[in-house]
Amino acid sequence: MKCSFDTAFNIYKNAFRIRAIEERIALEYPKGEIRCPVHLSVGQEMLSAVYSQIQIVSDTAISTHRSHAHYLGKGGDLYRMIAEIYGKVTGCCRGRGGSMHLVDTLCGFLGSSAIVGNSIPVGVGAAFAHKLNQNGNVTFIFLGDAAIEEGVFYEAANFAVVHKLPVVFMCENNLYSVYTNLQFRQPLERKIVELAISIGTLGKELDYKDPIQMYTDLSILVKEARSGKGPVFIEVPTYRWLEHCGPFDDDALGYRPSGELDNAKQNDPIRILLEQLNDFNMDNLNSELEKFYSNLKIEIEEVFVKVKKDAFPDLSEVMSGVYAEN
Amino acid sequence: MQRIKEDAQSNFADEVRNTLENILEVDSKSLIMGLGVTDPKGVFGTTLGLFEEFGPKRVIETPTSENAMTGIGVGLAISGFRPIMVHQRMDFFLLAMDQLVNSAAKWHYMFGAKTSVPLTIRLITGRGWGQGPTHSQNLHAWFTHIPGLKVVMPAFATEVGALLRESINDPNPVIFIEDRWTHGQQFNLNDRVDKIELGTANLVKSGKDITIVSSGYMTIESLKAVKYLKKLNIGVDLIDLRTIKPYDKNMVIDSVNKTKNLIVVDSGFSTGSFGNQVLSDITQSCFPILASPPRLLAAQDIPEPTSHGVIGSFKIGAINIVENVLLQLKIEYNSDSLSELVDTSPDIPNKNFTGPF
Repeated sequence: MKCSFDTAFNIYKNAFRIRAIEERIALEYPKGEIRCPVHLSVGQEMLSAVYSQIQIVSDTAISTHRSHAHYLGKGGDLYRMIAEIYGKVTGCCRGRGGSMHLVDTLCGFLGSSAIVGNSIPVGVGAAFAHKLNQNGNVTFIFLGDAAIEEGVFYEAANFAVVHKLPVVFMCENNLYSVYTNLQFRQPLERKIVELAISIGTLGKELDYKDPIQMYTDLSILVKEARSGKGPVFIEVPTYRWLEHCGPFDDDALGYRPSGELDNAKQNDPIRILLEQLNDFNMDNLNSELEKFYSNLKIEIEEVFVKVKKDAFPDLSEVMSGVYAEN
Repeated sequence: MQRIKEDAQSNFADEVRNTLENILEVDSKSLIMGLGVTDPKGVFGTTLGLFEEFGPKRVIETPTSENAMTGIGVGLAISGFRPIMVHQRMDFFLLAMDQLVNSAAKWHYMFGAKTSVPLTIRLITGRGWGQGPTHSQNLHAWFTHIPGLKVVMPAFATEVGALLRESINDPNPVIFIEDRWTHGQQFNLNDRVDKIELGTANLVKSGKDITIVSSGYMTIESLKAVKYLKKLNIGVDLIDLRTIKPYDKNMVIDSVNKTKNLIVVDSGFSTGSFGNQVLSDITQSCFPILASPPRLLAAQDIPEPTSHGVIGSFKIGAINIVENVLLQLKIEYNSDSLSELVDTSPDIPNKNFTGPF
């Protein structure tokens, strides 16, 4: 599972793209046209970028309130995501879900939920379907450190272990449940990944300061899940740079220890990965990067311009579809 | 289909079981999940033998994890399967409200009305035999409050198969509520109803004086009351709703326009009951023609005590329904005259019932 230059470059492009999109949302948000709770992933992009190069389209993924990165990493349609965040009928949920409820079944992104822990058993059910269909696919279930405090995690993980389901639990530990630090919620001497292993999953903590190693480690674990060894649990220490919900820096609130945010920025995984890319000594890296940056700028600009012109759903549209028809 | 002997008898629980067996045979994507579905008792006999016949991929024993299992059912349903889940008491299912309300009920609507959730959840409500505060609750009203759910409450063994099949084949999450006391109900297989559309009620008895609306086991008690009232020359339109979400409001309106009097019998607690919903709807639709204030006969807002010495005062029976009809129609009566309706063993459905649950 050695990470080739091409793979590393793709991871970099994915991570950079996710951050650029999130930063554009943050820039637009104060204008008042995005009017729903938005939980941005700035600082937390790397796991999504790494899995983008490991997942295959027939795998499924499911996520949380902070789902933009997970959706984009799975290959979710950018235009439909932005339209959803703007409440437009062209959105992936036709304006019914907003930022916290993203879906793109074409790429296997099943959905995301605003309720902490809520999507975990649904993902386990999707993995059960993979197993019953014997199709060799896995389900990636994204969760945060606080989801471990919900009973449903244990219930779902237990079932996944009992049935050896092809689940990859993707736990991003960003230390905070809204403003409440992990130390007030869980004993710090107990590692989340070890808790999961004690339930019976395979597990590993990934090193977010070494994205290339993250790729290798995650690849090996996903292969285990794919080959029928049962669920795996990965924990990635990560850090949210912006406020829990909304577009702004919130360091002035004082709930983060002094220096914690600066330290996280100094250890930015995207910058580290760029250094790792340079270590491959590829001649054309800089020109390829320039090309990528300029294309990305155009892609994002076009999407936002288009979405802003799109229509809101009309009333008859949102009044229908409470029940499915046979 | 097997040919039925002319006088072949079956019962409600067997009919549930045979319907499940038939679904498992014809729909390869259907599967049954629940605590006890493979055990020697087979959920009051309703899943007996299915594991042996269909194996562990179709009939799946589960951990005691109501919330996660409901979510896992949703995950299977959005992945092309048709899960049928069962809980031996509704009260345990309260642990699953997040997955029911935030996942199952909303998935289709919330994610753009593309992915359907064909999930059936059988909930059994306890009655009598000391089921007490946490084994006897009739909380069906809760589920009617949630857009995206359908709620079915069969009363008759002749209809439970058709209603269950329709619920399972429905592309939406359906709460299918069985009263424990209906399970032993005998019927002749020739009387089986083949198809019932969800949302359609049944006019069980027709009469000109008053409309009684009920569902589930309350229809059985109402039917006893109707038969007694007939002897007093009081004619009742007895409407068995069968489905309480959606419910057949039009049939109730048509009936009340005829009888001008309405009683709703509901096994749930009074405050916030489904019966109150029917009263509200019908009062708004029929107010000018009503001859008497519509009446709700529902459980008191008191947790049901366990003692079998007092349970007769807590369960609505035919005698209470008759009394309320007479009061509503302002017909004088002597309480002693109703003595034949007194249930001398109010904590058991029949003499053969010896518990334990």
